[in-house]
Amino acid sequence: MAPGIASVPKLSIIRTTTFRLVLIYLALFALSAFLLLGFIYWSTAGISTGQTDDTINAEITGLSEQYRENGLGGLAKIVSERARNQRQSLYLLIGPGGRLVAGNLTRWPEAATGAGGLLEFTYQRTVSGIDTSHRARARHLQLGHGFQLLVGRDIQERLKLEKVMRTSLAWAVALTLGLGLLGGVLLSRNLLRRVEVINRTSRQIMDGALDRRLPLSGSGDELDRLAENLNEMLDQIERLVTGMRQVTDNIAHDLRSPLNRLRGRLEVTLMGTGSEAEYRAAMEETITESETLLETFNALLNIAQAEAGLGEDSFTGLDLSALVADMAELYAPAAEDKSQILSGDVEAGIQICGDRHLAGQALANLVDNAVKYTPDGGSIALVLRRAGAGAELIVADSGPGIAEADRMRVLDRFQRLEASRNSPGTGLGLSLVRAVARLHCAELILEDNLPGLRVLLRFPDAGPLTEKEQAVG
Amino acid sequence: MRILIIEDDSATAGFMAKGLGESGHVTDHAADGEDGFEMARHGNYDVCVVDRMLPKLDGLTLVQRLRAEGIETPILFLSALGEVDDRIKGLKAGGDDYLVKPYAFAELLARIEALVRRRDPGVVETHLKVGDLEMNLLARTVHRAGNEIAMQPREFRLLEYLMRHEGHTVTRTMLLEHVWDYHFDPQTNVIDVHISRLRGKIDKGFDLPLLHTVRGAGYCLRA
Repeated sequence: MAPGIASVPKLSIIRTTTFRLVLIYLALFALSAFLLLGFIYWSTAGISTGQTDDTINAEITGLSEQYRENGLGGLAKIVSERARNQRQSLYLLIGPGGRLVAGNLTRWPEAATGAGGLLEFTYQRTVSGIDTSHRARARHLQLGHGFQLLVGRDIQERLKLEKVMRTSLAWAVALTLGLGLLGGVLLSRNLLRRVEVINRTSRQIMDGALDRRLPLSGSGDELDRLAENLNEMLDQIERLVTGMRQVTDNIAHDLRSPLNRLRGRLEVTLMGTGSEAEYRAAMEETITESETLLETFNALLNIAQAEAGLGEDSFTGLDLSALVADMAELYAPAAEDKSQILSGDVEAGIQICGDRHLAGQALANLVDNAVKYTPDGGSIALVLRRAGAGAELIVADSGPGIAEADRMRVLDRFQRLEASRNSPGTGLGLSLVRAVARLHCAELILEDNLPGLRVLLRFPDAGPLTEKEQAVG
Repeated sequence: MRILIIEDDSATAGFMAKGLGESGHVTDHAADGEDGFEMARHGNYDVCVVDRMLPKLDGLTLVQRLRAEGIETPILFLSALGEVDDRIKGLKAGGDDYLVKPYAFAELLARIEALVRRRDPGVVETHLKVGDLEMNLLARTVHRAGNEIAMQPREFRLLEYLMRHEGHTVTRTMLLEHVWDYHFDPQTNVIDVHISRLRGKIDKGFDLPLLHTVRGAGYCLRA
């Protein structure tokens, strides 16, 4: 930041909107991830516990039937057989006093009653020559004569799986939070940097560098769009400020001399010992002069207002076709007096959104100029036609035209070309046209009519009148 | 006629009173909105000239209150605010006409007199007559001394407006406003040319001219 420029307190990243949004988003996302994975875990674990218990119950039922049919001997035989073949199932048949009859457990386990009325216990198992503790679930059955049967299943694998799932659940949530947080910081930092640039530039503009503009990243994203809009706003502000400065300058410069003339004439008249007729003549001249001053003044105000965009509130559907026809009719006698041919070629039903009086005055100024500067016997053409979605309004004359070098200049206030110094006028007519054109978003183009001047007003958006408007209009 | 001037600038009010007095009117002056409101309410004036910006009670509110009380005195707004929507606001509040400062006195006088003409209670007219010039509003014909004069529609409206303001000056701006329905200052002689056309039709060949030019102000139709 340039020295001497009051600095905006730098935004800390935690206070940025983006970061806050990222945090909220992150919390929601983590919560939903946690719930989803939790549900998967819960239902998977539930299903596999159920399966284990179902298997145990089925075996107990099967074995107790064997016992009923084949007695203890048959049962012992089946138990030893199964104990040999099954790896995950556990069997133990003991006689009175804890005597081991058959099975793959070495002793009756110390068991606690777990969920679902089943016993849960830890037993030692030798896998590839190493003794390890395994958890198991089992059910026990009293057989009579002191014999007891225990049927169970090893649940070590299942527990391991559950543990893996729990760990991955924790990791998933932690990873989500971590990555999200990192992403949030990066995102906010990037955004913050760009906002800082906008802030800094605005600050410089506020400090007087009115011609500075906000840089665009070129991506066309929302920040770019914001910057573009701000830039357009700045353009407008600059135009207004320049316009105001110009009005002030012009008032100082161009209203001073007529005021001075006015005052001078009155003073000189008072000095002499004039007759009443002389006084009267002087006063009448004064009134004429002040009338011109009033005209100039009103024109300046009109321009300033149109340029400031005032009057936009009064915009309504405006029948441009009718307006052009009106102006052609209004000026027809004046043109006829100069033996000029004023022709109107107006396409019907062209409508824009605008102010009737301002648009009327602007068009009147154009036609007025054409009649004024076109020599006797010349021709003036008024054309209104559709062009794409918009409309073109043309005022063309066969007068002396305006040299290309002067065409931009004549739009400025009080710019009168040498050739026209002696004809009446405030030098504000075309300035008003330009201001009104701008207010109506219309393009104003001055061209060579070969010979003469051709003024083209291009309205971007013109539609046909709706039925209702036609009925009213 | 009796005119009430509600204007806080005493110099402006003074010259207005003098000018209107010389033109044969009687004026009263109120220097703020509240006085103006009371005087307008009880004074039975023909016209009130009201400045938009007044101390104590602004012109817009004043007129709204008068209208709310059912007082229908014609009102001419004077204002330094010349924007299009200011004019609309003024007329919506109950004003009958709107004149932007700075203005020419002739314009003010012409508009005040036109306001009273407009408010004249009357039946729906079907005929207008000035001297030997006659206008039939239904048949849309014009006769002078018994001879029919052919008129374009716009000429007809122009003449109608002049005839309705018989004996009073109408300005170019008023003509553009009421005959063409545009609010702006016609820059050059564009209205004059229309008038001279009209004059050619109604006065040419007659000893007594009816359509007169009032220097520095406008035109007047009188027998």
